[in-house]
Amino acid sequence: MNVLHFINAFFSDNAHWHGYDGIPTRLREHLQYSLTALAIAAGIGLPVGLLTGHTGRGGNSVAFVATAGRALPSFGLLVLMFVLLGLGLTPVMIPLVVLAVPPILVTTYEAVRSVDPSPVDAARGMGMAEPRILFQVELPVALPLILSGLRSAAIQIVSTATIAAYVSLGGLGRYIVDGLYQRNYEKVVGGATLVAVLALVMLGFFWAVARFTVSPGVRRGS
Amino acid sequence: MNSGIFDIPSDLQNTYWGLVGLHLRLALIPVVAGLLVALPIAQFCVLLRWLYPPVLWVTTILYAVPSLAFFVVLIDYTGQTELTVMIPLGVYSLVVFVPAIVDGVRSVPQETLDAATAMGLGPVRRYFQVQLPIAAPAIIAGLRVATVSSISLVSVGMLIGNQGGLGNLLNDGMIYHQPRLVWLSVIGTAVLAILADALLVLVRLLVTPWMPRGSRKPRPVDEPEARPEPAAAALEDAVR
Repeated sequence: MNVLHFINAFFSDNAHWHGYDGIPTRLREHLQYSLTALAIAAGIGLPVGLLTGHTGRGGNSVAFVATAGRALPSFGLLVLMFVLLGLGLTPVMIPLVVLAVPPILVTTYEAVRSVDPSPVDAARGMGMAEPRILFQVELPVALPLILSGLRSAAIQIVSTATIAAYVSLGGLGRYIVDGLYQRNYEKVVGGATLVAVLALVMLGFFWAVARFTVSPGVRRGS
Repeated sequence: MNSGIFDIPSDLQNTYWGLVGLHLRLALIPVVAGLLVALPIAQFCVLLRWLYPPVLWVTTILYAVPSLAFFVVLIDYTGQTELTVMIPLGVYSLVVFVPAIVDGVRSVPQETLDAATAMGLGPVRRYFQVQLPIAAPAIIAGLRVATVSSISLVSVGMLIGNQGGLGNLLNDGMIYHQPRLVWLSVIGTAVLAILADALLVLVRLLVTPWMPRGSRKPRPVDEPEARPEPAAAALEDAVR
């Protein structure tokens, strides 16, 4: 009995493809949790990172927030929020956002900070306003790194969203948690495979985004 | 039951400080093992350039496997033991260490290596006395990320038969409706992680006395074919 055997058995079972516990439903739930959390985390991390990176101020606070965010255990935070807030989507969103903000924030800050200062000075000398410098000079150069931050946040969210199942929510973690309690390894392995594949799809998605959005000049220079 | 803040239910068969010790053991042994395994792998990647991209791919894929699934799948092979928790944590720390060490060792300038060779250092002494010390800040940066994420991940081990150190309090907190236990677990884990992080910063200051204090380290001058992402990005990649 090896892992491949379980994977094959899980995916060839027709019952796993239909109904509220079917793969399409669970996949949609998982994507819903992950994308919502990623959007919230990006909504916090990107503006703050761009601003602190552009002004060069607040680096210590960024590092502090990142360490604090990393130190908080996602799983513990989930259970804590569940105990305090009860069943719902908020207790799941909080740990996922806390998990994803540090990588986005730190890489965005570092990316903008590490932009070569001479083009920035040139832009300023040409009379560009600060917001235009940020969005038209610094952002295009910093984009590959910023995307790598978003990518690692996305992968972490996708693989951590499995723990939502522990507090009675759906998502692909359902298969893992249910399989664990039912001693059904086929289910566990199947769920794990789905999550890993989803994470790899995210990896491919960000690779494609980087391919299309990063300016060829920046790509060649790096 | 509510007599003391640190009182915990007897079904865990441990005191709070016992759980703290258990948690540290479960989190730190894999990190140390991961570092010891990553050093030779990274050295091979530095020596044989073609090896690095495939190794990065393998570690990235392993890193995409959720910890919970990793634990549960391993039960089939190693049972509900500490080893089942430690193996995934060790693997995740590898994902942090390999790029950190490779970037660190590669950032040693060629002139420095040539100078060491000219002074008569063999490859082994050159590695231990020149390359590793210069790469130390990058390695310790990796060590910090690996340690902090390992400490916070141990809690998930609770799901596989109370192998989660402080995480074991989470389930009891839920089934006995005692938020206090959950707070104890979350705050305890966070404090352990921050203390470990601070300790490693101190270690870095001690082992790299030549570096300027309190200022950012100058970026290493990468050789032209170096990877586009600086070490910071590679490290971020591995936090989970």
